[in-house]
Amino acid sequence: MFETCADPSQLSGLKWLACYLTTGKHMGFYSSFVTVMVLLLITAPVSLAFGFAGATAARAQFAPLRWLGKGYTSIVRGVPDIAFFLFFVIALDQGIEYLRHKVKCPGWDQPIRQGNDFVVCTEAKMPLSSAASWVHESYGFALAVLTFAIVFGAFAANVLYGGMRAVPRAQLETAEAYGMNSRQTFWRVLVPQMWVYALPGLSNLWMILIKATPLLFLLGIEDIVYWARELGGSKTARFTAYPHGDWRMWYFLALLVFYLALTRVSEVVLGRLMKRLTHGQATSGGVTS
Amino acid sequence: MKKLILSAAALALVTGMAMADTVRMGTEGAYPPYNFINDAGEVDGFERVLGDELCARASLDCEWVTNDWDSIIPNLVSGNYDTIIAGMSITAERDEVIDFTQDYIPASPSAYMAMSMDADIAGGVIAAQTATIQAAFIAEGGATLVEFATPEETLAAVKSGEADAVLADKDYLAPFVDESGGELVFAGEVSIGGGVGMGIRESDAELREKMNAAIQSMKDDGTLNALILEWFGEDAATF
Repeated sequence: MFETCADPSQLSGLKWLACYLTTGKHMGFYSSFVTVMVLLLITAPVSLAFGFAGATAARAQFAPLRWLGKGYTSIVRGVPDIAFFLFFVIALDQGIEYLRHKVKCPGWDQPIRQGNDFVVCTEAKMPLSSAASWVHESYGFALAVLTFAIVFGAFAANVLYGGMRAVPRAQLETAEAYGMNSRQTFWRVLVPQMWVYALPGLSNLWMILIKATPLLFLLGIEDIVYWARELGGSKTARFTAYPHGDWRMWYFLALLVFYLALTRVSEVVLGRLMKRLTHGQATSGGVTS
Repeated sequence: MKKLILSAAALALVTGMAMADTVRMGTEGAYPPYNFINDAGEVDGFERVLGDELCARASLDCEWVTNDWDSIIPNLVSGNYDTIIAGMSITAERDEVIDFTQDYIPASPSAYMAMSMDADIAGGVIAAQTATIQAAFIAEGGATLVEFATPEETLAAVKSGEADAVLADKDYLAPFVDESGGELVFAGEVSIGGGVGMGIRESDAELREKMNAAIQSMKDDGTLNALILEWFGEDAATF
């Protein structure tokens, strides 16, 4: 990056470190922090939406919808994350390609499953094999967001379901007494009041989500833990201008600081949110002032 | 105007066909000198140079992808990339699942690396990377096998004393031994596995033929031998 970095073997001390920390490889490491943050910021609202849909479905009067909601929460919560990430993503990817194959290549006469191979026509590849690498990366990222959202949505659905049931019956009866129909009661009384009960559970999920991001590498996305391991591993002088021993401890220490800082920020934000949501409610946390 | 549209469509078709020749090359990026990530964050190593040359000779447009060693075969058969070029030895077990091109590195020895020459390589604890020919070799022998996901972790296990020795390709271990200043030594050598070839889906015979022809042409004009000597040292086995 700097001109002085042309020959690192002549450098020492801070100058060497400055050059070392600005190699292209380290830039990949720094940008992976952005990847992780973007993933968290997109996944959190999407899984909340999945959770909300799941919870409302689980309370529905219409039986098949209720089974769907309950089935979703029980099945997804029961499957280990790592199995879900290995199996579901490959299945989802193949499912998408299978559908595209049926639409785009109706004249194809070879079987799609050839022994171990999954073969679709070139036009049905998702993304196309000729696509730029950023397209492949964004596609992988989108699959990751969807998978995280489905997994964490199932947990959120259960939390929200509990939150909805915890709202005092008297509140709903009062709403009905005012002449609100069930839809109005749901949106005007039940939903605003349930957050107080759901928030502690949801904040737990958020914390777990933060720590679950290393699963990204299973999907081929280079996350912070992958880079920490790659950069920290011992390097011999033949293959790098910056040889060093096993420095993984220092890189993981940096990750520890990052995760702790993220936890602290989350705590502060969630504390404020809790205060706001409990304002004026008849709970011990919601003293009116 | 109509002509313009027609020629634009023809052009799009032609470029589309040219683009369809993109071949995605899957590698691990953690096994120098075969393949590794260089300081600039790009795939580098013997296989990067070799792969680019093979693609040029077969007039293919190649793009490099890194993938975890553990899931490198499942992702190939599922079509996420088209070749595995990651120092993968040709074995009968792997050949049942995928196909290989002819070898581009002749059979080279594996070596035990330990902290001292008298490490117990016959009955001690030996580290190896998961799903490698070395791991399979130890599992069949009398020693206790500990497996790790990356080559780097197998080295760390020896340095921390968790394992008595590590078994890996000698070409991978050699730079670490050379630069350790006597701390690390070779405690033995074994010959396992055949040569190293490029893994290709069984249904992709066309690509295999193209790559086979390109490898053959590099063998015939001596460039492959020169490349092997450049990356693996003067003593390396050649064709």
